[in-house]
Amino acid sequence: MTSMTTAPRPVASHAKTPSGMRDVTFQVRDLNLFYGKDQALKGINLDIPRHKVTAFIGPSGCGKSTLLRCFNRMNDLVDVCRVEGQILLDGEDIYARGIDVAELRRKVGMVFQKPNPFPKSIYENVAYGLRLQGVNNKGVLDEVVERSLRGAALWDEVKDRLNDNAFGLSGGQQQRLVIARAIAIEPEVILLDEPASALDPISTLKIEELINELKNQYTILIVTHNMQQAARVSDYTAFMYLGDLVEFDETDRIFTEPANKQTEDYITGRYG
Amino acid sequence: MKLWWKSGAPWVWLNAGAVAVSMVMVVGLIGLIAVRGLSHFYPSEIVEFQVGDPELGLGQMVMGEHVRSQTIPVPVARDAGITVPPELDDDDLVTRHLIKQGNRDVTGNDFAWYAELQMSEWQTPPDAMRLERREWGDFYGYPVRVLEEGEVVAEGEGLWEALQSRVERANTLFRELRRIERRDVGVISAEMEELRLRERALQRDPDIAPEALQDQLDQIQARQDVLQENFQTLRGEIDILRRELYRDTLVATVVGGQEVQIRIGDIVRAVQPNSLSLSAKVTEYAQQFWAFVSGEPREANTAGGIFPAIFGTVTMVLLMSMIVSPFGVLAAIYLREYARQGPLLKLIRISVYNLAGVPSIVYGVFGLGFFIYTLGGSIDQLFYSDRLPSPTFGSPALIWASLTLALLTLPVVIVSTEEGLARIPSSVRHGSLALGATKSETLWKVVVPLATPAMMTGMILAIARAAGEVAPLMLVGVVKLAPTLPVDATFPFIHLDRQIMHLGFHIYDVGFQSPNVEAARPLVYATALVLVLLIIVLNLTAISIRNRLRERYRAASD
Repeated sequence: MTSMTTAPRPVASHAKTPSGMRDVTFQVRDLNLFYGKDQALKGINLDIPRHKVTAFIGPSGCGKSTLLRCFNRMNDLVDVCRVEGQILLDGEDIYARGIDVAELRRKVGMVFQKPNPFPKSIYENVAYGLRLQGVNNKGVLDEVVERSLRGAALWDEVKDRLNDNAFGLSGGQQQRLVIARAIAIEPEVILLDEPASALDPISTLKIEELINELKNQYTILIVTHNMQQAARVSDYTAFMYLGDLVEFDETDRIFTEPANKQTEDYITGRYG
Repeated sequence: MKLWWKSGAPWVWLNAGAVAVSMVMVVGLIGLIAVRGLSHFYPSEIVEFQVGDPELGLGQMVMGEHVRSQTIPVPVARDAGITVPPELDDDDLVTRHLIKQGNRDVTGNDFAWYAELQMSEWQTPPDAMRLERREWGDFYGYPVRVLEEGEVVAEGEGLWEALQSRVERANTLFRELRRIERRDVGVISAEMEELRLRERALQRDPDIAPEALQDQLDQIQARQDVLQENFQTLRGEIDILRRELYRDTLVATVVGGQEVQIRIGDIVRAVQPNSLSLSAKVTEYAQQFWAFVSGEPREANTAGGIFPAIFGTVTMVLLMSMIVSPFGVLAAIYLREYARQGPLLKLIRISVYNLAGVPSIVYGVFGLGFFIYTLGGSIDQLFYSDRLPSPTFGSPALIWASLTLALLTLPVVIVSTEEGLARIPSSVRHGSLALGATKSETLWKVVVPLATPAMMTGMILAIARAAGEVAPLMLVGVVKLAPTLPVDATFPFIHLDRQIMHLGFHIYDVGFQSPNVEAARPLVYATALVLVLLIIVLNLTAISIRNRLRERYRAASD
């Protein structure tokens, strides 16, 4: 561990704010994360632009999912996990004392790799987050459910069977339902953890189109294994390797003229 | 050979063999119980034969139902008092038959063995009749005439129809009589008891003013007078009904020609099995079976039905389920979701699991010592002190039986629920947490609903265990004969302080404590069959609920 912390950091790790970025949602400052004695994230510094899509790429185990889970503190659920450093959401440290984690997660929604609808009706799945906040007014719920399902491009497919069980939907529909569930509580940020990796190509396409729609209203962070996907959907891309943030820049630049040799090797498929 | 061994085929054979043996045992067990139990209700033939040597003037006519046969060696037969012809060797075998000859009031012995050697003129007379009576067991004989208030009303032609209609009338009257005795008189005596207790409480109250006391006592007295009057009216009704019930008499002859008078009010049903057609026999069979399932036991449980035992078993099991499921589920949720995982928790878990292995009689002793004496005694002291020294909850009762069984089945429910909770994928929990739900919101809205099929599995195992348990129940609330059902029309409708009958204990009682072994034997099998069927029904209900839940949560557990 000591050898890791004293090891020289790649230069690119400090070059984290691409030129032309003005409005920032998250500011990550010197973030270190440990699973027990293993360091999974090493001194990450990063600014996430507002209302853009930021993709995280890198080989398996590079820490990109771990980093994503830092933004809504899902890592708190892992007993042995310890976090150092700061993540500022609109200037406020989300790891400070006295932060209400449930409140944070309402602002920072998350969609997981495998669709995880609740054992409830489609309607109740979308209304779940609102009901948690004590909203039980039928009119309000109806409106939000419709708006969210439309927002997730699912409304036309399910409007006649809102009271059916959500498990009756296909995998792609379930994933869009989960996105509808996340946007129903109107978060600022949506974290997508490999949202299309368990889906067929057509469903994947739909999710990608959806991401393009959503970025007008939400800041989107997406972890993906699929470099074409990152290239298609994202405005900015961060390449991570072994817990380090190697390079972070506009997607076009990363894929056309990466500054770092490691990034280039990964993108051209020489490893990973 | 070595190749065959290596191919794994022996394993397959061994495993399949084990399954086959288990199947044979299960099917054999159920088959034996079913055949023995169900055949009891079939109206078997009445036979009549001569015993002994008529030429020597020692002949005797016997009538009854053939129960079973046995072959015994000659010496044994000689010891049993059978005259064996001298030409038979000691190696020869003699057949003897067990005959149910009934007529306990006439012959004093309703089952008897007869050696085939001495039997002759075997016949099945078409007008032979079997009467099922409320007392003295079955009667076998021939009907002669029916008397109404001592006057002959039917003889010869039309006799059988007259008898049947009068038996039916008597049964209706009997049910009416039972209803008045049970319900109407029961309501009055319950209120009387309440008034008595109130009077006692008033007299003990030191704070009450004398005028008020007198006023209250007068009110009570007035109410008691009204009740007393109602009771007298009912008594009058009962007397009239009883006289009506015993209006008719049947005159019958037993085999050998002796005439006997039987009050028709004592007859439950009359059958002439030898002249019944097959369809009539089937109808008779169904009626007999229904009477067994829906009737009350008679004559120290050796005759009649088992309805109170079925009802008691079901009530107790349902009550047990209602107690054990919230307890077990809450405990399992705490152990799995909230408790700090460590050596202490491990110890607690091992203790809980091991509770399942404690012999059930130990739970019975615990139930008696803790629930009945300590808990029930305290309840009596606190709430029913007026009734002391006669205990209300301080004696074996339905509630204590259910509680004891709930304790007995608690580990099963905890273990299944814990396993169910452990199987819920963390992705679902994370989905809820990521929407800003707290841990308890996630637990109650998402995780617990998903674990309900596992909880039902626990309930199924608990029900199967509880419904078949006997040993602890003998200590905590089950009796040979309960005068009343635990549920009836008087407030509070479910009487947790009453003792109940139970099928398992009924089997034990009829099988081992019965004064009339031969009469009880088929009832043991029939009761066992009903118990098995009941457990199957309870389990199927629980399984179908579980399957419906599983269907609903299907995809999440994939």
